[in-house]
Amino acid sequence: MWKWLHPYAKTERLYQLSSTLLPWFSIAALLLLISGCVWGLMFAPADYQQGDAARIMYIHVPSAILSMSTYAAMAIAALIGIVWQIRTADMAVAAIAPTGAMVTFVALFTGAAWGKPMWGTWWVWDARLTSELILLFMYLGVIALYNAFEDKQQAGRAAGILALVGVINLPIIHYSVEWWNTLHQGASITKLSKPSIDPAMLWPLLINLLGFACLIASLSLAALKNEIIRREKHRPWVQQLVSDI
Amino acid sequence: MNPRRKKRLFALSAIITIIAMAVGLMLYALNQNIDLFYTPSEILKGKNGQKPQPGQRLKIGGMVVVGSVQRHPETLDVSFKLTDTGPEVTVQYHGLLPDLFREGQGIVATGVLQSASVIKADEVLAKHDEEYMPPEVAEAVKGIKHVKPEQAGAY
Repeated sequence: MWKWLHPYAKTERLYQLSSTLLPWFSIAALLLLISGCVWGLMFAPADYQQGDAARIMYIHVPSAILSMSTYAAMAIAALIGIVWQIRTADMAVAAIAPTGAMVTFVALFTGAAWGKPMWGTWWVWDARLTSELILLFMYLGVIALYNAFEDKQQAGRAAGILALVGVINLPIIHYSVEWWNTLHQGASITKLSKPSIDPAMLWPLLINLLGFACLIASLSLAALKNEIIRREKHRPWVQQLVSDI
Repeated sequence: MNPRRKKRLFALSAIITIIAMAVGLMLYALNQNIDLFYTPSEILKGKNGQKPQPGQRLKIGGMVVVGSVQRHPETLDVSFKLTDTGPEVTVQYHGLLPDLFREGQGIVATGVLQSASVIKADEVLAKHDEEYMPPEVAEAVKGIKHVKPEQAGAY
């Protein structure tokens, strides 16, 4: 059933696949982000309560949602790397972690910038904000652990276990606003009932969500290509590749 | 799946289950401390059998009771009542209120409990809900007329 995935355990095939996919994701990310941001920041209506300040959600909401999805993707790669001992999966963990850390930082930063005018504070130690900060530290921990080992096979296993343990944080982030009293409001989109955002504001938000997803995919693919080259630099196919340039 | 992979998968699930249980128990034990604020009924009736004592520093979160905001004409002193479902708690504050502060709005205040139902706050934060809509829709759905600050008359 999973036979079609097996070739990508080979670094050379994965490198070729990444090179093929990268331009498509980059172009899609560029187009979606430009249209989503222009629509959201200039043409979508302002919020009835928060006015124009609510427009920061077109950056904040996609980055916050995808910081968690990116972590889930990294954890799946870590699981494959540990259980099936596939080296390319470990490389994927190392490639996704910095991208995820960046997205999490964007979510925290835009959240703080939104919190100051609306709530009246940059930061408050409520459950949602704290658990999102822990997510950033999990990403940084995975990056640090992976780079701490000289032997990359050990590095992949150690970072992978840390990445998998951090999965516990994901449901905590999502349900923090329901389990505890928080200053952060409840979920607007990621819930089973109808989104509580007006369609005129929801559409640019969804476009930006897709655009951010493509951006994360293309950044991770570029990082994956680098990681493959870095770890396979003594292989004949890499040296062939270099001499071709 | 070959036995070695099965063993690794099993060991990994065991580690994660144990840590998930540990984190779960920890969060359960810390449950009342993770809540950002007390609600007005928790201040008056107690939470898990414990009533906050006067002199205690705490956070309170609730809705500003419509018609309860009293501003001092010459200073920045303001007092208002907060409620959640029934009981009301008075909050006294000196300073600038956040832009979103208005009657009927959810807010979180930090301060010291003076008596059973009076809090002297040193910080007031506004809380907003997860609903976003253009002003025209809000007017139609909720009957809220939003007026831009520059068009609003002076109080």
